[in-house]
Amino acid sequence: MQTPAPVEYARATSVGDAIALLEKHGDEARLLAGGHSLLPMMKLRLARPEILIDLNDLDELRGIRIEGDEIVVGAMVTHAEILDSPVLAEHYSIFREAEKVIADPIVRNKGTIGGSMCQADPSEDLSAVGSALKGSVIIQGSGGKRSLALREFHEGPYETKVGDAEILTEVRFPIRPGAGSAYEKVERRVGDWPVASAGAFVVVAGGVVKDCGIGLTAVGAEHFCAPDAEAFLIGKAPTEENLSAAAKLAADACTPYADQRGPVDYKLHLAHELTLRVLRRAVASSQGA
Amino acid sequence: MTAVEEVPLSAAGNPIGFGSMRRVEDARFVRGQGNYVDDVNLPGMLHSAILRSPHAHARIVSIDASAAEALPGVVAVITGKILEGIPRPSLLGDNFAWMPTLSYDTQAVLATDKVRFQGQEVAYVIAESRYIAKDALELIDVDYEVLEPVMDAKMALDAGAPIIRDDKGQTDNSITDVHGNKTWESGNAESTAAAIAAAKADPNCVVVTQEIMYPRVHPAPMETCGSVSYLDKVTGQLTMYTTTQAPHAHRTVYAMVAGLPEQKIRIISPDIGGGFGNKVPVYPGYVLSVIGTIVTGKPVKWIEDRNENLTSTGFARDYHMTASIAATKEGKILAVDVDVLADHGAFNGVAQPTNYPAGFFNIFSGSYDYPDAHCKVTPVYTNKAPGGVAYACSFRITEAAYVIERVVDCLAQELQMDPAELRLKNLLRPEQFPYTSPTGWEYDSGQYEKTMRVAMEMAGYDELRREQAEKRTRGEYMGIGISFFTEGVGAGPRRDMDILGLGMADGIELRVHPTGKAQLRLSVQSQGQGHETTFAQIVAHELGIPPEDIEVLHGDTDNTPFGLGTYGSRSTPVSGAAASVVARKVRDRARIVAAAALECAPDDLDWELGRWYVKGDRERGKTIAEIALLSHSSLELPEGVEGHLDATAVYNPPSLTYPYGCYICVVDVDPGTGQVKVRRFIAVDDCGTRINPMIVEGQVHGGLADGVGMALMELIAFDTDGNNLGGSFMDYLLPTAVECPDWELGETVTPSPHHPIGAKGVGESATVGSPAAVVNAVIDALSPFGVRHADMPLTPANVWRAIQGNAIRVDMAIE
Ligand SMILES: Cc1cc2nc3c(=O)[nH]c(=O)nc-3n(C[C@H](O)[C@H](O)[C@H](O)COP(=O)(O)OP(=O)(O)OC[C@H]3O[C@@H](n4cnc5c(N)ncnc54)[C@H](O)[C@@H]3O)c2cc1C
Repeated sequence: MQTPAPVEYARATSVGDAIALLEKHGDEARLLAGGHSLLPMMKLRLARPEILIDLNDLDELRGIRIEGDEIVVGAMVTHAEILDSPVLAEHYSIFREAEKVIADPIVRNKGTIGGSMCQADPSEDLSAVGSALKGSVIIQGSGGKRSLALREFHEGPYETKVGDAEILTEVRFPIRPGAGSAYEKVERRVGDWPVASAGAFVVVAGGVVKDCGIGLTAVGAEHFCAPDAEAFLIGKAPTEENLSAAAKLAADACTPYADQRGPVDYKLHLAHELTLRVLRRAVASSQGA
Repeated sequence: MTAVEEVPLSAAGNPIGFGSMRRVEDARFVRGQGNYVDDVNLPGMLHSAILRSPHAHARIVSIDASAAEALPGVVAVITGKILEGIPRPSLLGDNFAWMPTLSYDTQAVLATDKVRFQGQEVAYVIAESRYIAKDALELIDVDYEVLEPVMDAKMALDAGAPIIRDDKGQTDNSITDVHGNKTWESGNAESTAAAIAAAKADPNCVVVTQEIMYPRVHPAPMETCGSVSYLDKVTGQLTMYTTTQAPHAHRTVYAMVAGLPEQKIRIISPDIGGGFGNKVPVYPGYVLSVIGTIVTGKPVKWIEDRNENLTSTGFARDYHMTASIAATKEGKILAVDVDVLADHGAFNGVAQPTNYPAGFFNIFSGSYDYPDAHCKVTPVYTNKAPGGVAYACSFRITEAAYVIERVVDCLAQELQMDPAELRLKNLLRPEQFPYTSPTGWEYDSGQYEKTMRVAMEMAGYDELRREQAEKRTRGEYMGIGISFFTEGVGAGPRRDMDILGLGMADGIELRVHPTGKAQLRLSVQSQGQGHETTFAQIVAHELGIPPEDIEVLHGDTDNTPFGLGTYGSRSTPVSGAAASVVARKVRDRARIVAAAALECAPDDLDWELGRWYVKGDRERGKTIAEIALLSHSSLELPEGVEGHLDATAVYNPPSLTYPYGCYICVVDVDPGTGQVKVRRFIAVDDCGTRINPMIVEGQVHGGLADGVGMALMELIAFDTDGNNLGGSFMDYLLPTAVECPDWELGETVTPSPHHPIGAKGVGESATVGSPAAVVNAVIDALSPFGVRHADMPLTPANVWRAIQGNAIRVDMAIE
């Protein structure tokens, strides 16, 4: 049994209450969502907040709904809910494909999209999904709410633009009629973090790529995306040659480091290979739709 | 003697003898009613925690524990300096800071001079709760002077390498065993070298040489190690609940280490959540909990967390092997030579019979008929955790089976011969048994070709090869891997095999109560093998008492006779034989009692299961239950029976038993990502008589999962700074059901001629045999890319790199 350092605990009754608690306790406080990143770090004493502010009673942060031309996912929506959501599945198969390979059912039952985004682990799968779909987040503090593109959200590994006394409340994804999407991950074993993952959406119309987004994780892509590859594809026919060239550009956007999951050359290869594979499938699905 | 006889069922529906029946112990496990060491809570019990070194190699300049001592709830902080001051009245060193290992080396209980691996024990805190103890660890201030570590075993013997064991006055990092040897050789060096040289010179022969590493892995039992110790100062009795696979051997070791009288030590090994060899050694933590109770006068609990278990307790393997195989171009194997660099970590803590410092590695000549074999093992110290010979390895037969099965496949590739055909050409033939191997092992029995043909038949081998050829034309890469392994399990014999001077024979005790129900007291201890079920079945087979009427007791030294414990697949070969022998003693005694009751001579009686009857008159007889009651009655008992039927026995095996098997693995490899999918796995085991086929299958299932894990993902590597890169289950990957196919099991039954019921051990067969099958399958899939070998684990990165002709060096951090 692992033993975290002493910690206080508070259960927020509303988003406003949570923000007030954050303001009161300063940077020694940490929000607790699913706890699947924070609690392991605390047990290993790599994180030692003085107080946990538990968000689990906040129904206002739950639920998946459509608002205008966006899908809105509450910060406390769990991986399991994303996996099972018919709304998300209807618009983007990338969600199911990604969630199926994120962690294991136990983690998915508690881990949340808000926690995943705010943890900002350089290998987070949902960060790649969010960047691929060019989503945005709503961040709330005592001064009110602000919206931020996910591609501007990350400041670096484990760092985001969410301030000390702020909460991420929603993640939003634009709906794109006719889009096909896909996700691919290479892992050493089921439930492991990715060696590399790639996700993409593509809208093909009139024989050319009208819109696309490419997300990558665990390979050191800035903001988990590959804008040059996307720009290259727009307006072009989705031929194998063009997709491969785009995948190459995507790999060029990556600066992975070596670890026990793999050496740099392999991760760069995967960035290329997986991008190519998701682009192929996203194209096929868009054309089929 | 065989398992196929018709076995009657008891009233409870259990076989009165051999056959599948549900495990008795599962009734408590599935209800969550198991009793593990961490479930033991004694009145007034204190908790404890160990401060471990963050460095692989560093001098301890000073330790300041004053802040920890001042933390409310802390009872004591113990350092190596304090232990050095406690004199020890024993032959094994004069103070408590050091203890002997199972290989006659010394190991620090708490570091005094230097730390020698990351995770080494530095200080010990005893406190009122586990939380307080862990909080206190953070308040201990240790000043380290960091030294350069030796992390690459290949550089350990280089001139100028940092000296790890300066405590022993060493001037290099070589290891000298108790016999004074620095290398361990076996077989005939000269004839093997000559055979290989001749083959090299002969245009009709080939010699293939391959470097093959079996990397460091960890047994990783679900239950980590721990103990609850209590020394009653009034009676002087030390009671220790502890995670041990060998309670009796541990009792003797504690008596020797602590200088406590052995009759006052009681070791209780309750339910154990997996051992795999991890719970054979005596760890500093166990000793510290004893010191803790001596110091505080209270019961002291010590339980490792996962990270501690993975980084500080007995690892397995870590063998760098170079194998050369010589053969004719027709595929007749002529000779095999293996050179090994063995990484033993910072202390030589290997658990194996004293005369076998490289374990049974020298059984590497395998299942084939050739005259010349030789191996040389050079052990070295490195700045890594000590241990070795753990993880279901049958004393390094895992390494042996892996190296021969891998290099035979290399040979097949070189000869462009089907690996099945090559094996069939060389397998030992039934008439060669008992067979003496070139390195001196006497294999007891086997029908190797038959077993291999069963496996090939089940796999549909020819059809698989056709499918493979067809897929290759489409750019799809499937692979078929074969492994044929032979193990030698069931140590002793006592004349040749001991640990710390304790001969490897097992005692046993059978009590038959007046109502005919029985208690069997074992020296061995179950960590999940199902002893409580199978040992009752052995007695049932011999005496006809239903298994549900036989209580099997084990794991408590006060209630069981002496024996060396459960590891190396020795329970069935040694204690299983003892169970049979002791039951036969009871049967013989029952015969005398029955004869007295039936007023005839014992020789006039015949035995049928559960009953003695008068020859030629089946109606006149006495059941074992009736005889049990008679033996306690006023019946006048003749010479040879003093009263009741109870008996004891000690079984000293005449030799090892040699289970074997043929495994075939089918994989699909995605060359674009390097991912491997194990599609099928066929395992045909021959472990002689099967006492409980369902339990045998369970053992095989577990071992196959182990094999898939080692082949594809399990690894403890280190970076050059000495950091252990496998210290959590996020880093040390164990396989899950998703990576395991539906196992396809088969059997042949070739009883051991010298075991009373013909049984051989099977607990480790699958772990020993399966890694080579998986690796051979992956390499087979990759052979169109010109790949001949890549080391385990075959992670996606490693497979992809192998295709690029640049497989990963697995023992060091990936760069
Ligand atoms: C065994 C295991 C395997 C895993 N494998 C994968 C994997 O393969 N791929 C993958 O992507 N992830 C994986 N994860 C991570 C998993 O997805 C986590 O659930 C997720 O990273 C964090 O979500 P959480 O809700 O548990 O966050 P928590 O752990 O509760 O919080 C994480 C951080 O975010 C902060 N935070 C949480 N919510 C908010 C909010 N609304 N506003 C501001 N800050 C907030 C917290 O204060 C904390 O700092 C794995 C985790 C485990 C334990």
